[in-house]
Amino acid sequence: MFGKPSRTGRTLQYVALAGYLIFLGFPLIWLLSTAFKPPRELVRLHPTLIPTNPTLQNFVQAFTEQELGRAALNSLQVSLASAVLTVLVAMPASYALARFRSKLGTVALGWVLLSQLFPFVLLIIPIFLVLRQVGLANTHAGLVLIYVVWALPFALWMLQGFVRNIPRELEEAASVDGATRAQVLRRVVFPLLAPGLVATALFSFISAWNEFFFALVLIKTPELATLPVALARFVGIEGTARLGPLAAGSLLATLPSLIFFAFMQRRLSSGSLAGAVKG
Amino acid sequence: MLRTRFRRLAAATAVAVVGLGMLAACGDGGDDEATSGPVKLRFLSLAWQKESLQANKDLVAKWNAEHPDIQVEYVQGDWNSVHDQLLTSFEGGDAPDIVHYEAASIGEFSKQGYLADVSDLLSDDFKGQIDKGIWDTATFDGKVTGVPFLLESQVVIANKKLLDAAGVTVPPADSGWTWDEFQANAQKLTKPGQYGAAWALKSPTNRVLNLALNFDGKFFYTDGGRTEVKVGDAEKEVPKRIHDMLYTAKSASPEALGMSGADTLPGFFGGKYAMLPGSVSLRQQMVEQAPAGFEWVTLPPIKGQSSLQAANPQTLSISEDSKHKKQAAQFLEYFLNPTNMAALAKGDWLVPTGKQANEELVKLTGGKQGWDVAADSAADLTVAPFQMADGYPEWKTKYATPAFQQYFANKITLDQLATQLVDGGKQVLR
Repeated sequence: MFGKPSRTGRTLQYVALAGYLIFLGFPLIWLLSTAFKPPRELVRLHPTLIPTNPTLQNFVQAFTEQELGRAALNSLQVSLASAVLTVLVAMPASYALARFRSKLGTVALGWVLLSQLFPFVLLIIPIFLVLRQVGLANTHAGLVLIYVVWALPFALWMLQGFVRNIPRELEEAASVDGATRAQVLRRVVFPLLAPGLVATALFSFISAWNEFFFALVLIKTPELATLPVALARFVGIEGTARLGPLAAGSLLATLPSLIFFAFMQRRLSSGSLAGAVKG
Repeated sequence: MLRTRFRRLAAATAVAVVGLGMLAACGDGGDDEATSGPVKLRFLSLAWQKESLQANKDLVAKWNAEHPDIQVEYVQGDWNSVHDQLLTSFEGGDAPDIVHYEAASIGEFSKQGYLADVSDLLSDDFKGQIDKGIWDTATFDGKVTGVPFLLESQVVIANKKLLDAAGVTVPPADSGWTWDEFQANAQKLTKPGQYGAAWALKSPTNRVLNLALNFDGKFFYTDGGRTEVKVGDAEKEVPKRIHDMLYTAKSASPEALGMSGADTLPGFFGGKYAMLPGSVSLRQQMVEQAPAGFEWVTLPPIKGQSSLQAANPQTLSISEDSKHKKQAAQFLEYFLNPTNMAALAKGDWLVPTGKQANEELVKLTGGKQGWDVAADSAADLTVAPFQMADGYPEWKTKYATPAFQQYFANKITLDQLATQLVDGGKQVLR
């Protein structure tokens, strides 16, 4: 129905795409530029994208004053643990929700949705008190527990969509061929669910990596602070910020997500398709 | 291949379980304090400027070295989230022993009983260093629940070359311009491509209410235990003058209205604005960020009927739940002795509340970089009625800030502004 686009049309498409990419990437590029600018260049009336006198001073300040290296390591530990645990809990639960339809399952799904309606400020004090009672306040384990619980509802919803898209006939065929229930799950369901698991892991990793408020309230010991909490310390009264160190720190904070996403991206996109298209 | 994947999953599970165990070991797992050994105090500090951070950490390290029996743990907080952090800590019974915040915000915690009355914990010598008017800002229901230590006054930072070119003379540190003189000089400094002043009014309410005291504008009036908002001629004076500069004389830049103080710096350094009415702490950005050869000068606070401004000092408080209030007070007396207070004020480019600290600071700096003006401005800082009003934060956010923003954007009249402020007061102060 549609003919091959003309050369001009193709060029325009590429120009539009390039423009869109620049639009999306510009904040990151500006962040990169700011991270390398000395204080005087940050307040120029006509700022330049390329720093005139590039400096590493912002990175030095960010790392020495707020110990961002340690905070990044803390964030990495907490985010990885949260991602792995979320996937481990969400995988069987979503399978059960998707495959075994019952009134209880519908109620469970409703409850999962309902739990998302509570604002976290309402929950923070009870959560803090409970964690304190069980000796998990001011620990990374407590933080991981909260992140897993916080990510689970969405992870369940997302993952059960992936499960539903796996044709039930495949499992039946494997059973007919003599596979046990465990073998069906391990050899048929799990490989087909991999893209969904990747998407879920990515989601929970990024949520935990970026999370600020729970980390602020639950962690008291400076050595255990996570990256978002450490970064906030570069912002002063009424939003005044130390832009250079903040940009340097934010750049560091962006990298793991970018790297993680780059590794997972291919599987994530195929996973999204698998979740979106009904078989 | 499937088997390999399953093994990987099993390995990941094992890693997660072991990892969680290790993470649990990373924390301190609770707040049990050893019954023997040194007293441990947690000090939540909001210092964020480079020099101030260093000064805070150095003083804590010095205290710890000199007092092996009372060890202070320095905990870094941040201004934007400290309120929520403290609220949950107080509610959860796990608050730091010593809390850094500001007078305008500790009232709420004070009234809820979370902060200790320090008046009996501190020595008379120490208390005598700070004026009664400043102590009043941290006194709630008769209890002094914070030690005010750093003050922020509103001064004017000006481009010296532009002043010279326009023939405007810099006033002496102890005698600032009147509002009429300031407006007239802003007019002289206005020419195509250049405004005499830039009012950074992103958060206009505090700013206007602070300066309104120049004309005895109180906004909050209490009679017979009932507080209400009133906007008469005295309250209207400052907003009207700023509005006149923006739209009648056109000597102030309208584009600066949505900016914070620091946002105006590129325009100031680029010669677009000749004067920046703003916080005394703006001087730090001048020193750090002004281009080479840029000459700036600090002008004293503008005068109306007086140069009074509202004082909202930064404070250090002791938690009511602290098991070591006496030791915490001991630390505060050390941390805020005149020399240390001067060092902290220098680090934050603010004015120390202590008289001797103020003198030491002027001596230390030779009064340069506006320290003479900053020191003199301390005498004009006092408690304002709005600081004591219970509903002020809500009134400010819901009613006053939107109303002031509309007025300064020339969308409503002065009378409409007054009506909105009064009506907002009725909603909040019922």
